[in-house]
Amino acid sequence: MDRPIRVLVAKPGLDGHDRGAKVIARALRDAGMEVIYTGLRQTPEQIVNAAIQEDVDVIAASILSGAHATLLPRISALLKKEDAEDILFVAGGVIPEDDIPELIEKGIKAVFTPGTPTTVTVKFIEDNVRK
Amino acid sequence: MDLIDQLKTGNKRAAAKLITMVENKLPGYEEVLKEVHKLSGGAYVVGITGPPGSGKSTLTDKLVKNLRKSGKNIAIIAVDPTSPFTGGSILGDRIRMNDLNLDPGVFIRSMGSRGHLGGLSEATRAAVKILDVMGSEVIFVETVGVGQSEVEIVRNADTTLMVLVPGLGDDIQAIKAGIMEIGDIFVINKADIDGSNRTKREVEMNLDLSHHERRPRVVMAVAIDNKGIDEVVEAIHEHRDFLVSSGKYHQNRAVTAKDEILEIIQVQTLKNVLDNPRVREQLEELTQQVASRTMDPYTAGKHIMDNIQS
Amino acid sequence: MFDKDKLPQLKSSLEKYDELIKKMTDKRPERKDVFKSGSGEPVKNVYTPLDIENFDYTQSLGMPGSYPYTRGVQPNMYRGKLWTMRMYAGFATAEESNKRYKYLVEQGSSGLSVAFDLPTQIGYDSDHALAEGEVGKVGVAIDSLKDMEVLFDGIPLDKVSTSMTINAPASVLLAMYIAVGEKQGVSADQLRGTIQNDILKEYIARGTYIFPTEPSMRLITDIFEYCAKEVPQWNTISISGYHIREAGSTAAQEVGFTLADGIAYVEAALKAGLKVDDFAPRLSFFFNSHNDLLEEVAKFRAARRLWARIMKERFGAENPKSMMLKFHTQTGGSTLTAQQADNNIIRVTIQTLAAVLGGTQSLHTNSRDEALALPSEDSVMIALRTQQIVGHESGVTNSVDPLAGSYVIEALTDKIEEEAMGYIHKIDEIGGAPKAIDNGYIQQEIMDAAYQYQKDIESNDRIVVGVNQYQIKEGSPKGLLRVDLSVGEQQKKQLVDLKASRDNEAVEKTLVALRTACQGTDNLMPYIIDAVKVYATLGEITQVMRDIFGEYQQNVMI
Repeated sequence: MDRPIRVLVAKPGLDGHDRGAKVIARALRDAGMEVIYTGLRQTPEQIVNAAIQEDVDVIAASILSGAHATLLPRISALLKKEDAEDILFVAGGVIPEDDIPELIEKGIKAVFTPGTPTTVTVKFIEDNVRK
Repeated sequence: MDLIDQLKTGNKRAAAKLITMVENKLPGYEEVLKEVHKLSGGAYVVGITGPPGSGKSTLTDKLVKNLRKSGKNIAIIAVDPTSPFTGGSILGDRIRMNDLNLDPGVFIRSMGSRGHLGGLSEATRAAVKILDVMGSEVIFVETVGVGQSEVEIVRNADTTLMVLVPGLGDDIQAIKAGIMEIGDIFVINKADIDGSNRTKREVEMNLDLSHHERRPRVVMAVAIDNKGIDEVVEAIHEHRDFLVSSGKYHQNRAVTAKDEILEIIQVQTLKNVLDNPRVREQLEELTQQVASRTMDPYTAGKHIMDNIQS
Repeated sequence: MFDKDKLPQLKSSLEKYDELIKKMTDKRPERKDVFKSGSGEPVKNVYTPLDIENFDYTQSLGMPGSYPYTRGVQPNMYRGKLWTMRMYAGFATAEESNKRYKYLVEQGSSGLSVAFDLPTQIGYDSDHALAEGEVGKVGVAIDSLKDMEVLFDGIPLDKVSTSMTINAPASVLLAMYIAVGEKQGVSADQLRGTIQNDILKEYIARGTYIFPTEPSMRLITDIFEYCAKEVPQWNTISISGYHIREAGSTAAQEVGFTLADGIAYVEAALKAGLKVDDFAPRLSFFFNSHNDLLEEVAKFRAARRLWARIMKERFGAENPKSMMLKFHTQTGGSTLTAQQADNNIIRVTIQTLAAVLGGTQSLHTNSRDEALALPSEDSVMIALRTQQIVGHESGVTNSVDPLAGSYVIEALTDKIEEEAMGYIHKIDEIGGAPKAIDNGYIQQEIMDAAYQYQKDIESNDRIVVGVNQYQIKEGSPKGLLRVDLSVGEQQKKQLVDLKASRDNEAVEKTLVALRTACQGTDNLMPYIIDAVKVYATLGEITQVMRDIFGEYQQNVMI
């Protein structure tokens, strides 16, 4: 059966700029996905916990505070610990190009920087979620 | 079956995976349902419904926090409407329950209504059983009170809360028209808004007119400020005691069981129609005829039923 | 203003013109079917007196410095002095930020603007679990008066004006500033500056809220009351449209929602028993400046006129200062591109022009690299120089409100005022801004506009240079500012030292007093000042308030 892709759109860290998170949430919905949005100020523990209970296919984290180098790898590590690495983990936000290789190495599957069309993110998710 | 074994030990990830499996009818889901049905039945199910914006999620959040004080394990199933155009949805109830997220005694699952063919109540019912087996003692099922399938879901609950807010205006007419009967407890939320007493009076008046074996209690609350929550919890306990002492508890569950069987028959019958290429072809043909008024839908339906049975 | 007899003649010329255009476009279509403003509003091909038929110079504009202040709040505007060039800065530790401030003052920056890190903005000390990874990232970390003393070391507080971007815990940071002043021998009545202190837009768009609406409004009115008596030169609030626009609103929404917030603050203060002319002169505003030059200039003018009318007609203000909308401007962060980042210098130049032609009182110009990271020193210098070039070389400062009387500018000013008024009416119907935020109306309107904007870019209806056209392959940018993670460790260590060396009994005593005051109705400012002076930390003080007031729960609209 053709089932909708489930995505957790997450806001780790303390920044309150959720325009990007909401725009991507709406774009994913319009692409036929089921989107669970966490709201602001989520710890990595809260995000992974929600992802597991909701049994999502994807975690899409949006972060603009500059704390990505600390918080994103922690989410990866928790996913590993919970044996939930099958969840596709992607991130977006103000993340300098130079920081991306390290994030990829730590298990973030893709990083979408400012200016990325939502269609690119949608397509990446559609292509990479195991159905 | 190792997911079920894990489920029995309270494993949340196993529960989450199994819910996905039954929600999507992935291979093996029937086996899962057969197994969990036998093991379930212990959890008390509370349905929460009401119009959009009535504060159901916030109320659920506060009720759960209140009940957690007694150490009970709790699960929440929150259903949100799916867009009929794109098939996508935003499941936003979880945001209002963020504090519960890290409580090990709480499990939250969001579901899209998805417009399944009668399958929504089937899917939520299945999720309830899975969470029951996982060890949840109270399970809240929260859904917007619009549309038949949503009402269907809460009908299966042991206790159903109807959440209303002042200033509904015409909505109360709609409620009067059908949903008044399904509420076991009425919560007037946001009772600090002007007009809450009038809403309460209107509800009481409608209750005078509608049929209830036990007159539902009407409770005023301001969920966001944690006001009236103790009273709602008390009302739930009262209703449960009434069900148990009057024997209604088992009677209701028998009704639910019958609903469940009938629904399976209904869904299965429909599936037989849609999955059979020969019948599907006939359906397309007859659809054209009915649309162009060369045949009526009753005759068309009978043709198809005959075809299936032959 | 126009000779009414000549309008019919004009009308027929316009009809002929339209026919001509139609003939032309039948042969060769224009670049687009519909030309839209930066906010997505349709724009006509030409504006004439017919678009402002009812224009009345005295009613609509008046002279600069007089009601309804459409042309500016001062009679001679930038001929007297240029706007305050105020560069928002702050990062890492108080020592580092102190160095940056001194650098900015040397370069000709005329006011300080403090950026705090997120834990500070949300009232957490650097050792709080949620502060992990965030300490010193988007601004300076302030845990106690100790940090504040270092932040302003060697900067005489009677000589500078300081703007602090702080909202939920604004009272605590203001208390620290007053305490630093006292240590420097500067009394509170000599202090000049602004705290942002605008909680409603935090709920709407910016997200660094702590407490629920009611206690938050009380904290704000307590500050109004306290400052009216003790810190009379302080701007007690900066009612901000900036972040509303960043969240994706249109220009008219920016004005409408911001002024609706302003109305809510005025009403709260009146309800608390203050007199309108006692606090209204200290209200200030903060707007965004985007790329559509004409629309932006019209927006600033419309906001000024609308606020003057609201204060006079709705609230019966009598002091002209109560009716003047004074505002700070920041160029639009969301208009910056990560691609070909140097192009941002040109965008910021246009936005600077818009703010200046719109009559701003102070301006922060964004740096070219801000879509990538916090700005480097070189980038900040270019951004500041942009203001100086517009101020001294462009000539636009020589004459007050130079675009007034332009058909398009006056027509757009009218239109934005009318649309903004429409939003204010709608919000009044809902029961005021706090209710319209609670039920999600404002957030939903902004979100719809934001999504439309994104779709316009993705369908190439809107061209963003370097993003969806004129792209090039580029290497990763060099010279970005990086904040060392050791800042967090350093702050934590200082907290340990502080707690070991201060008079903990005195701290406890002031916190207990604050707790009691929170439960009552006293003005909280004196209690907070007592607490900061004995080095109670920001986190300790806000925790007391969290205990009593609870925390805000956001209504999310997608």
